[in-house]
Amino acid sequence: MSAAAAIREVNSKMTWAGNFYRSAIGKKAVMAATGVILFGWIFLHMVGNLKLYMGAVHLNEYAHWLRALGAPAMPETGALWLMRIFLLVCVVFHIHAAVMLTKMNREARPVGYRDRDYLAASYASRTMRWGGVIILLFVIYHLLHLTTGQAHPNFIQDDAYSNVVTGLRVWWVAAVYIIANLALGFHLYHGLWSMFASVGWVHPKYNSWRRTFATTFAVIITAGNLSFPLAVLTGIVR
Amino acid sequence: MNLKIHVWRQKSREAEGGFVTYSADAISPDASFLEMLDVVNERLMEKGEESIHFEHDCREGICGSCGMMINGVAHGSRGNGLATCQLHMRHFKDGDEIWIEPWRARAFPVIKDLIVDRGGLDKIIQAGGYISVNTGSAPEANMLLVPKAVQERAMDAAACIQCGACVAQCPNGAAQLFTSAKVSHLGLLPQGQPERKERVLKMVAVMEEMFGSCTLYGECEAVCPKEISIDFIGRMNRDYLAASVTTAKKEKVET
Repeated sequence: MSAAAAIREVNSKMTWAGNFYRSAIGKKAVMAATGVILFGWIFLHMVGNLKLYMGAVHLNEYAHWLRALGAPAMPETGALWLMRIFLLVCVVFHIHAAVMLTKMNREARPVGYRDRDYLAASYASRTMRWGGVIILLFVIYHLLHLTTGQAHPNFIQDDAYSNVVTGLRVWWVAAVYIIANLALGFHLYHGLWSMFASVGWVHPKYNSWRRTFATTFAVIITAGNLSFPLAVLTGIVR
Repeated sequence: MNLKIHVWRQKSREAEGGFVTYSADAISPDASFLEMLDVVNERLMEKGEESIHFEHDCREGICGSCGMMINGVAHGSRGNGLATCQLHMRHFKDGDEIWIEPWRARAFPVIKDLIVDRGGLDKIIQAGGYISVNTGSAPEANMLLVPKAVQERAMDAAACIQCGACVAQCPNGAAQLFTSAKVSHLGLLPQGQPERKERVLKMVAVMEEMFGSCTLYGECEAVCPKEISIDFIGRMNRDYLAASVTTAKKEKVET
């Protein structure tokens, strides 16, 4: 498409939302918005799971409370399903935008360099795409493992505590959890920082806070999530 | 100092290119990188061979003509805010091997050897990198008051010399640093306000036709000879998002 045609697109008849999502900057804003929702959720997920350290009764009560959330105003698991659908929509948009942008970026440089060096790009920023793929594969496994149980040899319905302990006691399962959560940590380290720029929240006065915010939450979430398989492996939680 | 240089040679847009190795012997450490190439070229011409083609003009870092990938880094200065012409051979060691490649991007086709067509950047400027004013006698300078801090920021953005290093270094082949500098230097000043929304929408639309998208690697900022901050990218995103959300259909403009 020519430059003039690109400008005509700006004036096109599409709804502003359609035009907005079609632009790369719009997609990045959607990735930031969905990313921050998923971050908020994963933070609460980690905090909720800390109940593992309070024993079987507490964790299972908490798991039951999540299922019954909103009852009796809503049917049992009603709020849970609303949340799941909302998160799924976020995940779909986050991944769709990432795939489209990656394609756009690959096409922008058809011939690469023989040799290239990085001066500023962090390891985290350079592994966002593959890190994202690892996280997606892990989420699928994690759901089959501890939510539906197909990937769990000793799955007991409604006994979250026992499922976690017997599941993570297997060394390679624990290793999968550890690797995936390290990938998540790197993804958050760059994502939680760059999302502010994607929506234009940059200012010299607050830029150091962006870095602190991203590092702090990436470390807290990763440390919390890594502690679960490690606690089971070392027998602290049994 | 004696060096071995591997240079990308390509006869024309359509021709296949490849690296050719030359020895650059007895080079003064006080020579600039372009002067080193000049010396190599003189020797090539004495032998009746075709010289290495590269773009250059002012040779003092203000015109934005020169630019090449030097050992995998745009302009080769590794974060010192220098254009290729300001890079001196003392940055290298005797006996070094240097790989020299043209900027690589779909929007920057190689014309010959190290010269690329950077017309894509001009198209972004044509889309909105201007203000529409009546020409005539110069207006009274104090008619529009601009705070000092705003002037400085606008000038930081306006320092862009359109060399294309940001695109060349970006792993995504994105032109966000360039476009954001151009959007910001007008958008920050009162003279740029009437066309502010239209400008950012059009310039971004044209940019996205040719270049990649930003993932905040920060590579562009590290190689920019004018040390333009990636904060301008955030500023452009804010401007673009605000313009997208607030531009009503009837405000839309003719092309």
